[in-house]
Amino acid sequence: MKYLDEYRDPKIARALVEQIRARVTRPWVLMEICGGQTHTLMRYGIDELVAPGVELVHGPGCPVCVTALETIDKALAIASRPDITFASYGDMLRVPGSHSDLFRVKASGGDVRIVYSPMDALKLARAMPERKVVFFAVGFETTAPANAMAVWQAHREGLANFSVLVSHVLVPPAIRLLLESPANRVQGFIAPGHVCTVMGYREYEELAREFHVPMVVGGFEPLDLLEAILMLVGQLEDGRAEAENQYVRSVAREGNAPARRIMDRVFEVADRKWRGIGDIGQSGYRLRPEFAMHDAERVFDLGAVTAEEPAECISALVLQGLKKPPDCSAFGTRCTPETPMGAPMVSTEGACAAYYVYRRHELLTLAGN
Amino acid sequence: MPVSIEQFVCPAPLAANDTVLLGHGSGGRLSAELVRDVFLPALGNSILGELEDQATLDVGGARIAFTTDSFVVKPLFFRGGDIGSLAVYGTINDLAVGGADPLFLSAAFIIEEGLPMETLRRVARSMGEAATAAGVRIVTADTKVVEKGSGDGLFVNTTGIGVLRPGVALSASNARAGDQVILSGYIGDHGMAILSEREGLEFDMPIGSDSAPLHTLTRAMLDAGTGIRAMRDPTRGGLASTLNEIAVQSGVTIEIEETAIPIREEVKGACELLGLDPLHVANEGKLVAVVAPEAAGAVLNTMHGHRLGADACIIGTVSGTARKLVLMRTSFGSTRVIDMLAGDQLPRIC
Amino acid sequence: MCLAIPGKIVDSEEIGGFRVGNVRFGGITRKVYLDFVPEAAPGDYVIVHVGFAISRVDAEEAERTFALLEEMGALRDDGVFEKDGPS
Repeated sequence: MKYLDEYRDPKIARALVEQIRARVTRPWVLMEICGGQTHTLMRYGIDELVAPGVELVHGPGCPVCVTALETIDKALAIASRPDITFASYGDMLRVPGSHSDLFRVKASGGDVRIVYSPMDALKLARAMPERKVVFFAVGFETTAPANAMAVWQAHREGLANFSVLVSHVLVPPAIRLLLESPANRVQGFIAPGHVCTVMGYREYEELAREFHVPMVVGGFEPLDLLEAILMLVGQLEDGRAEAENQYVRSVAREGNAPARRIMDRVFEVADRKWRGIGDIGQSGYRLRPEFAMHDAERVFDLGAVTAEEPAECISALVLQGLKKPPDCSAFGTRCTPETPMGAPMVSTEGACAAYYVYRRHELLTLAGN
Repeated sequence: MPVSIEQFVCPAPLAANDTVLLGHGSGGRLSAELVRDVFLPALGNSILGELEDQATLDVGGARIAFTTDSFVVKPLFFRGGDIGSLAVYGTINDLAVGGADPLFLSAAFIIEEGLPMETLRRVARSMGEAATAAGVRIVTADTKVVEKGSGDGLFVNTTGIGVLRPGVALSASNARAGDQVILSGYIGDHGMAILSEREGLEFDMPIGSDSAPLHTLTRAMLDAGTGIRAMRDPTRGGLASTLNEIAVQSGVTIEIEETAIPIREEVKGACELLGLDPLHVANEGKLVAVVAPEAAGAVLNTMHGHRLGADACIIGTVSGTARKLVLMRTSFGSTRVIDMLAGDQLPRIC
Repeated sequence: MCLAIPGKIVDSEEIGGFRVGNVRFGGITRKVYLDFVPEAAPGDYVIVHVGFAISRVDAEEAERTFALLEEMGALRDDGVFEKDGPS
């Protein structure tokens, strides 16, 4: 497939790794934000290839992982109602709420459907006017244009039975939080390529300037990430701190204007709670008041939902890049993809899941197995 | 308001499963747990405990292979087959990979009220044709009808009986260091064929299921001489799950080469689109064979001479360590673990 | 979650107020909403996420930057790709 396969060329990868090794004069700590990028890094062993000159830590790049527990519990409450058809992306189904998850709700008779696009959920609403259809709108900025379009269209058509439960999170506020933390070790960021396709990278220029930390917008294939790492290392070695764009085939500095226009019409920025991290101001989207009839938060009277979060796993530290999944005492034993304790283990893009799936053999070696 | 790291917490772990989930049928880790935690304790005996695809029975001196399978595939008809032919070939394959010659099948139908008679006729005809073509006979059958809403169209359960070849004792626990791992052909066809029909994916060259009876291939392989330790057909859960089963039962590490595994471009593309790993996608006309190193060449040659083994290749080896894992060397030279399927990527695939 | 892949626009039409195109990904064709890429035309590649094209691939930029990568790769000699450094 064009624009994919050629970015997986092992020979060019080798060359990039060598260039990185040649450029590095001291060890650097870099972070990638997006779960899709984490996945590629682990899958191709890029973190192994660039070590020890470059240490890659994984950021909170998984919107599934960081969706607030209260929101999951709200979703479960809605999905359990007999008059509701609840539509969601597949990877949300196994995220544990306080007492259950969408898979269990489905197993108990809830009408939970996996969709690949918010427009599929819209189609369901059109096809079943007698049922209320609720779509779980989870994601970073990447998914917001599509969700905005679905709500916009529902509004145009007067589809009163369609609503969305919004859990959008924004990347720049999360990076800011990480950079403000006194424990932060990250010296450079690979910015998420598809988020920036929509939003552009102005915000990352500001962050680079304010914190004097280089940012490179990276794609998702192995060569994209290696090239982004090389560009970051170049900046760090030169003492520069700018925002650069590696993913030029998709990202423009200003992002996608039509997409941002519809997002702006439908959403407004709001405070949001990130699971495992806490409240981050102005870090999410919510529907504007004129779309209230499509806002599941307002349509369904759920009462106050308080969620219990007993302390056990170290997701938060993992999401911040302060710990690696294997540092967790529950990793791979009590906490596995089948019995997840924290969100980064549930989502296929979560750092813990990636580590578990791809790297367990190293742990067994360490454990002397 | 600055957030303090010390405040960070994590959600509570969910209790052990108290309801059966779709994932329990996926052929991966959850399925294995269901067998281990529910069925073995209750039904347990040493034969069931061996967890092979078929049971090897000693009946009055004769060595009989006995297997059972259920087919819940949706849609009922798909490119390359239907629930009927799938049922016949799938049952034959369970016997064949155990080193048995399949002889007799049973077929039990659970039909949802309202299923069009013509649909049932088509399935029955297909089963009959498949059985005849494969040289087996369906000798006993049963039919139940459930009320509309209590089933989903049609479910088929089968059992199969075959005779084990003398001197053949294949088992997933036989793999030893140095053994070669042979794959009979392209993976991912069946699962992606089903999924593409369900998802309405339009292909330039549509993917068809690889559903086929493997017993003549396995017979030829066993005829070629000794040295085959184990054979398995990677159905639900895909190649990854099958290799893991062997690794666990034999207590070995299996190392495979990513570049050696044959996958069609369309299957790669469909997997890419849907975010799936071809290693976890079901196959219905493929087998994996673990073969002693000195026999590998002859076995491979034999396979190449058979229609269903034309694309056979060596994909890896059994290494000497005792870690029960499957490792894969990627095209980049790095190593990663290949895990069993955890949840259920593709329900109602077989 | 950020799963977005490149595909080639085959054709497009207006359906219900939306601009919908047939986009080919390898050997598969799917319908994709093209409203966010009004400048994209049949023959162009777009990056598609949850059924929507979110950018038009700048083919020239892509070629230019990839050519640099290819040059890098060509300067190396072939051989087994071994991982250097401590394992």
